[in-house]
Parts: sequence; C-alpha cells; structure tokens
Amino acid sequence: MDHFTIYLILAGVFGLFMAWGIGANDVANAMATSVGSKALTIKQAIIVAAIFEFAGAFLAGGQVTKTIRKGIIDPAPLTENPDFLIFGMLASLLAAGTWLLIASNKGWPVSTTHSIVGAIVGFAIVGIGMEAVQWGKVGSIAASWVVSPVLSGFVAFMLFMSVQKLVLNTDDPFANAKRFVPGYIFLVGFLISLVTLFKGLKHIGLELTLDQSYMIAFVIGIGTALIGAFFVRRITLPDDANRHTRFIYVERVFGVLMIFTACAMAFAHGSNDVANAVGPVAAVVGIVGSGGELAQKSALPTWVLLLGGGGIVAGLAMYGRRVIATVGRHITELTPSRGFAAELAAATTVVIASGTGIPISTTHTLVGAVLGVGIARGISALDLTVVRNIFMSWIITLPAGAILSILFFFMLKGMFT
Amino acid sequence: MSGSYLTGIFGNSPVKPMQQHMDKVFACVSELIPFAEAVLANDLAAMSAAQEKIATLENEADDLKKELRLHLPNRLFMPVPRRDLLEVLTMQDYVANQAKDIAGLMLGREMKLPEVIANDYLQFVTRCVDACAQARRAINELDELFETGFGNNEIELIDDMLKELDAIERETDDIQVKIRSALFGVEKDLPPVDVMFYYRVIDWTGDLADRAQRVGSRLQLMLAR
Repeated sequence: MDHFTIYLILAGVFGLFMAWGIGANDVANAMATSVGSKALTIKQAIIVAAIFEFAGAFLAGGQVTKTIRKGIIDPAPLTENPDFLIFGMLASLLAAGTWLLIASNKGWPVSTTHSIVGAIVGFAIVGIGMEAVQWGKVGSIAASWVVSPVLSGFVAFMLFMSVQKLVLNTDDPFANAKRFVPGYIFLVGFLISLVTLFKGLKHIGLELTLDQSYMIAFVIGIGTALIGAFFVRRITLPDDANRHTRFIYVERVFGVLMIFTACAMAFAHGSNDVANAVGPVAAVVGIVGSGGELAQKSALPTWVLLLGGGGIVAGLAMYGRRVIATVGRHITELTPSRGFAAELAAATTVVIASGTGIPISTTHTLVGAVLGVGIARGISALDLTVVRNIFMSWIITLPAGAILSILFFFMLKGMFT
Repeated sequence: MSGSYLTGIFGNSPVKPMQQHMDKVFACVSELIPFAEAVLANDLAAMSAAQEKIATLENEADDLKKELRLHLPNRLFMPVPRRDLLEVLTMQDYVANQAKDIAGLMLGREMKLPEVIANDYLQFVTRCVDACAQARRAINELDELFETGFGNNEIELIDDMLKELDAIERETDDIQVKIRSALFGVEKDLPPVDVMFYYRVIDWTGDLADRAQRVGSRLQLMLAR
C-alpha cells in the first residue's frame, strides 16, 4: 500500500469521525430549540435533522468546504512538498476531533468551526510559515464570527417585534396567529431555498439564472406555506378558552411554524458545519487525486460531501437523542413564538454564510438570535454569562486547536517522512 | 456530555415564582377574615388557630421570597429592570407581614372589640382583603404580560385593574374614618390602654390595603418605560 492510499484512508476515517462528532453533539443545538418548545418530539427531531442535515450538507455544503479546503492556506509555498498540506489537514482533523472530545468530556461548550479553523491556521503558521496563511480570508472569517451572532440577533429582534405587532398584542391573537403563521412559513421556505439556489447547484447538474432562482424559491415558499396552512387550519380554539388559556393555543399555531424552522435550521447547520469535517478531507483527496500535485482547480468530489452528510446522520442517530433531550430540557422558556424567530433568524444567517463560503458557528449564531428575541422583551430571563463564555471559547478554542494540530502535524511528518 | 451555550443562556423565569409568592401572601391575608370572626365571637381558641395559620403562611411566603431573590442574580437580562421586580416582591411581602402583625397584636392582647365597631371592623377587614385580592389579580397578569412581550393591551388591562384597586383602597379609607369616629364616641367609657390598641389595630388594618395598593403602584412603575 503506498502512502497516498494510506493518506486517503486516514482522511476518510478522520473526516468520518469528525462528522460523527458534529452529528452527535452539534446538531443537538440546532434541533433542541424545537424539542424544548415541544414543537417536535425527539424522534421527530432526529428524523427531521437526518433528512435536512444531509440535504444541507449535500446541496449547500460546497462553498464552505472550499474555504476550509483551500481558502485559509495559500498553497504557493507548498509546491515543493505537497505532503505537508496532507499532514496538516490530517493533523487539523485529529486536533479538532480530539479537542471536541476533551471539551465534551469536561462539559465545556465548544465550537467545531472554531476548533478546525484554529487547527488549520495553527499548523500553517508553524509547519509552513506565517506567509502560508491567507490572513485576509482568515480575518474576514474571524470578523464573521462577531457579525453573524449580531446579524441573526437583529433579524430575530425584527421577527419577534413583527410577531408582537401582528399577533401577540392584538385583540384576537389566536385568529391573527392562524392568519400570519402561513406567511412566516412562506418566508422560511422562500429564504432558505433562495439563498441555496443563488449559489447554484452545479455539482448536482443544476444551473439556474437569477430569475429562475427567484421563481423556484417563490414556488417552494408557496408550497411550504400551503402545507403549513393545512396543519394550522386543524388547530381550533376550544369554546372554554379564556384570556389566560388562549395563549396555549396561539403557541400551538406557532408550533407548526417551528417544525418548518427546525427543518431550515437543520439544513443550515448541515450546509455550514459539514465543511468542518469534509473540508480537510477534500484537500487531501484533491492532492492525492492529482498524483501528489497541488491542483487548485480540482473540483470537490461529490462522495466527500456524501461522506460528511452520512457521518453527521450516523452521529445523530447513535448519540443525538440524549444530547437533544438534555439541551431541550433546559430551554423550555423558548416557546414556539420565540423559538421560531430565533431559529429562522439563525438559519437564514447561517445559510447566507454557507453561500458565501464562510465557516461560522451555528450555535453562536443561534445564541445571538435568542438574545435578539430577549432584547425585544420576549424572554423572561436571559443569563448573560453565556456571552462571556462565547468570548472565552474564542480565546481558548482557537489556540487549543492550533497547538494540538501543530503537535499532530509534527507527529505525522515524523511518521511518514 | 457536551456543554451547550443554549442550556446556559436561559435564566430562571421570575414570573411563576412571583405569582406563587403573591398567592401565598393572599392566602395568608385571607386568613384574617376567619381570625376577625373569631375575635368577634370572643373565641380565643379559634383566634389562636387562625393566627397560627397566618404566621405559617407568612413564613412560607418569606421562604419563597428568599428563594426568588437567589434566583435573580445580577447577570440576568430581563424585559423589566431587576430592581423594579425585586421592589414589587418586597411590597408583596410587606402585605403578608402586616397581616401577621395584626393577628399577633390582637391575639397577644386577647382583644375583644367594642360592640359599636365590631361589625364595621369585619367589613373593614374584608375590604382590605379584597384590595389584596385585586393586587393579586394584577400580579396574575404577569405571565400574559411576558407572553405578549409587554403588549399595550395587557398593560391597559393591568392599569384598569389597578384603578379598581385604588377604588377599593379609597373605600377602606372611608370605612376606617367611620370606625374611628364610632370608636371616638365611646372611647371615654373604655379602658384607655385598650382604646390605644384599638386605634392601632384599625391603623394597621388600613395599612393592609395601602400596602396592597403599593404592590400595584410598584407594578405600574415596573411597566412604565
């Protein structure tokens, strides 16, 4: 067996492991919101997540994968020994996977995205040199880590304000919920499919013009709204509902909406986070595929995305139930009228980032969205230590991923050369 | 087990505990009616039993108050200022304290009310308890208020409730004036020390409605932005 085959196998195994970890842990945050608000049972959440995570990874995961694969490192200094890039990418996967394992055991919340970006930047600086890092790109990724929670917070704020205006603060919130929820469902289908279509689905042989994208997104939006309207119509207000109990039924209407935002959230998560696992794999595959050359033009093999999507679903199926249950138990405060605003805002932000090829943290984006709902006076108590913890995670996870990947890089280099 | 930012971001909602505390306070205050009836019937055993109930309920309210305070650390971000919420809680607690003081004083002195004020006093207590019930009704709207994200409809509704509370409080003032003048008419024929304490009990009972009203005005301050 030659080295290249070993590299390929290692990359496949590490990538699968990483995707498995993402499925087991990360997906929970995307789905728990819906479970916590009782819009979905855990079983339903897992099915929804499996389908839409996979769809997101496969249909819209290409851009971020490209960034992880060749956007962070400038391969020019590597033409002499492309092996280094292989070691580096393998080391990054190992480092991020190890770090996630350690952190999970300790119960620290960590971000997969930050681990892998930290790892890649780390090995590039030490293993190759400062000039190997495309600092401009890394800078814009880092900036997006601040921008994305803020943006999704703002969107969630606006969404929840609109819910207050149109539904909650009206004389007949139940009737208005039934009237407006299908509209929100339209928004979910329209926005998510539009952003996905914008970036094209060339890898599955679908090329669309701008107008066609709008048309299709519109049709998908109408379609989802119709399905939603069907379920919304079946919810009725019992005659004995009084002022105090009617909000239970209002929330039930929003619960229908939350099923759709949960799908969107899973899709968004798959589209962004799959890259954390398959980006490095794609880089290795690219070099091996071109016989050891650094072929910048090589396309992303579809099977790599499939591998990532499959890994996520496997992790979710094996381990996700418990994590979703635990996280879901803690967030019952997020009733469907709030949860959908948070989820839709986060999903839209994440999908936009996916389309632009920027790896961001889905969880941080969701936290930003929850804070946005809170600022709109939607949540009775938010614990702001979380914001500090997010800053801490930036400060700790990036160097941790970097240091580990440097260690692994030199280990691999020593073993294979 | 992975930690998650999402599990950490939600603080304990203060709404239900606030309402539970007010329920407890109201339960405590309403015991004043059987207590006053026992006073009127000169039934010392019944007085003592009712007083004990009041003291127990007041203690329980105290515990709820302490627990809620512990669950409202500084780092919480809430739709209403934390300080205002704690003010409302303190006001709620004062109502229960007052009930306990009244019962304690009357039982301690084994008080027998003079004929001329006895029935009016019972009505007086009942109306003061009504004032507390009205304050509780307003506090009961808190969950709708948070659910609607502080909608104007809800705030107006609470305003109306508080207007009603003000009306009840004014009514108790009128009853208080009436009782005092009745007592004034007969005070020369009564033991002076007893009379002193009659006046005090009347004052304190009136304060009950005042304090209920203050729960309302604190609530209003909390909602004003």
